[in-house]
Amino acid sequence: MKTLESIAREIRCDIVKMVHEAGSGHPGAALSCVEIVTALYFSVMRVDPANPRWPERDRFILSKGHACPVQYAALARKGYFPVEELSTLRRINSKLQGHPDMNKTPGVDMTAGSLGNGLSCGVGMAIAAKMDGLPSRIYVLLGDGEVQEGAVWEAAMAAAHYKLDNLVAIVDCNGLQLDGFVCDVMDIEPLADKWRSFRWNVINCNGHDFEELIDAFRGAERCKGKPTVIIADTTKGKGVSFMENQCDWHGRWPTEEETDKALNELESAA
Amino acid sequence: MSELVATRVAYGEALPEMGELFPNLVVLDADISKAMQTGAFRKRFPERSFNFGIAEQDMMAAAAGMATMGKIPVVNTYAVFAAMRACEQLRTFIAYPSLNVKIVVSHGGLAVGWDGVTHQGLEDMSIVRSIPNVTIVHPADAVATRKLLPQIIAHEGPVYFRLGRNPTPIIYPQDKEFVMGRAEVLLEGDDVAIIACGLMVSESLKAAEMLRAEGISVRLVDMHAVKPLDKAEVIKSARLCGAIVSVEDNNIFGGLGSAVAETLCEHCPVPATRIGVPDKFGESGDPDALFEKYGMSARHVAEAAKRVLKLKK
Repeated sequence: MKTLESIAREIRCDIVKMVHEAGSGHPGAALSCVEIVTALYFSVMRVDPANPRWPERDRFILSKGHACPVQYAALARKGYFPVEELSTLRRINSKLQGHPDMNKTPGVDMTAGSLGNGLSCGVGMAIAAKMDGLPSRIYVLLGDGEVQEGAVWEAAMAAAHYKLDNLVAIVDCNGLQLDGFVCDVMDIEPLADKWRSFRWNVINCNGHDFEELIDAFRGAERCKGKPTVIIADTTKGKGVSFMENQCDWHGRWPTEEETDKALNELESAA
Repeated sequence: MSELVATRVAYGEALPEMGELFPNLVVLDADISKAMQTGAFRKRFPERSFNFGIAEQDMMAAAAGMATMGKIPVVNTYAVFAAMRACEQLRTFIAYPSLNVKIVVSHGGLAVGWDGVTHQGLEDMSIVRSIPNVTIVHPADAVATRKLLPQIIAHEGPVYFRLGRNPTPIIYPQDKEFVMGRAEVLLEGDDVAIIACGLMVSESLKAAEMLRAEGISVRLVDMHAVKPLDKAEVIKSARLCGAIVSVEDNNIFGGLGSAVAETLCEHCPVPATRIGVPDKFGESGDPDALFEKYGMSARHVAEAAKRVLKLKK
């Protein structure tokens, strides 16, 4: 049985290779949420790779859809499709679009990528799950820059109004967005207070620590009558020294040499 | 004078029955449930009725989420808000994954009148028509609204159903049957064909009457199927009459007139002209006065018909 840490390491290597081979993509944003996505697919969520549309499954929406290499790698490692297909990322006729596509990629529950909309989709899913008495829990991963989108707060209001305790938002707080530091571009603080004032249960955690993340997800499950947001403190580009905390690596892809260097670092960390 | 009923009212009256017929149907509102006439449904099915407040983007994307879970969400708002405020949610989260969401809009067109530009959907059909996977249905009267509604809900995939604010004439007998996507020929004639949608069908009936008095025979087509267009009917009308006038309460760029002109150009070029909102914003006022000012009344339709008739070889 592989540990979550070793799966996360594989996924990080997959991300670096995929983005290198694609010649475009968003490595920094994908690397910052590897533990979050790994914890969900390999520990928290009730899903079945053999039956991707199993009605009672939990759902995951990657609202920060540009980070999709992390989701594709997790789905492949989980067995939804062959790991070899990861190298087709962003190529014509590929299952693996530049942003998640629910009709093309097995295991993707919702098309996403235009920021600020995933939480609303999650609200709809959570309402429908409650109507049908499904045990499904709905997880929506947002970027910290993404919460600048007003629609996020429309959804936040609706989720509390409808007491969607089967809905969990995770904010991947890596502190960076395309144009620079979030606090410089458009400060979102005090973030926890904002969610609290929208009547959400707020849990802070280290977004790279599996124990803390899984505790947070369990805490969310115990909280009744309101939705939970997990504010996960993360590092953009986590795991690759020269990508960490560099906003240039938001939408840059590694050269051959940089890819080798990154893979060496990731493998030697094992 | 025929009976006047707003298509939004006919829709609201028919909705509870749709709730009975389709157990997965859910109704979503954004604070204009009174205007959208969804109250009767909410009274009958409170547990299947959701108000999102004044938050159309949230409502539209939530509908997408519900559809992935097997619901048939019917979102209700005005044309301007569905096609513009929540355009991206409609495009990327409903149309692109082709989710089974019904977008019902009222307040399509200049006929909204008094509320003015902010609430007049003058571009909505143009915008939505350029989005793949979305069917656009614009019924001519209350009967067509009631009869087309179950077909719209039964249709698998996104549908944009465009209704009107104000009472408009009932032109069809109560027992008239329709097929979604197939145009209705209201009048047979061979001098000129008028292809209209929505309340402009009744305006065109008046125009046809005026033309008949002058000895001009009109083929009048109710093209409720704005997208996909009933192309076969457009081509047939062009072959039979050799001259076409399109009539819609929407900007003449991109809506029914464009669809008709595109089809004529590619399949059967004949003289044609478009009646609709000229490429301008509207203004507040009585709808009849606005139609007169913006060149959209029955008189203008009749004049346009005579113009294309002259161009006919």
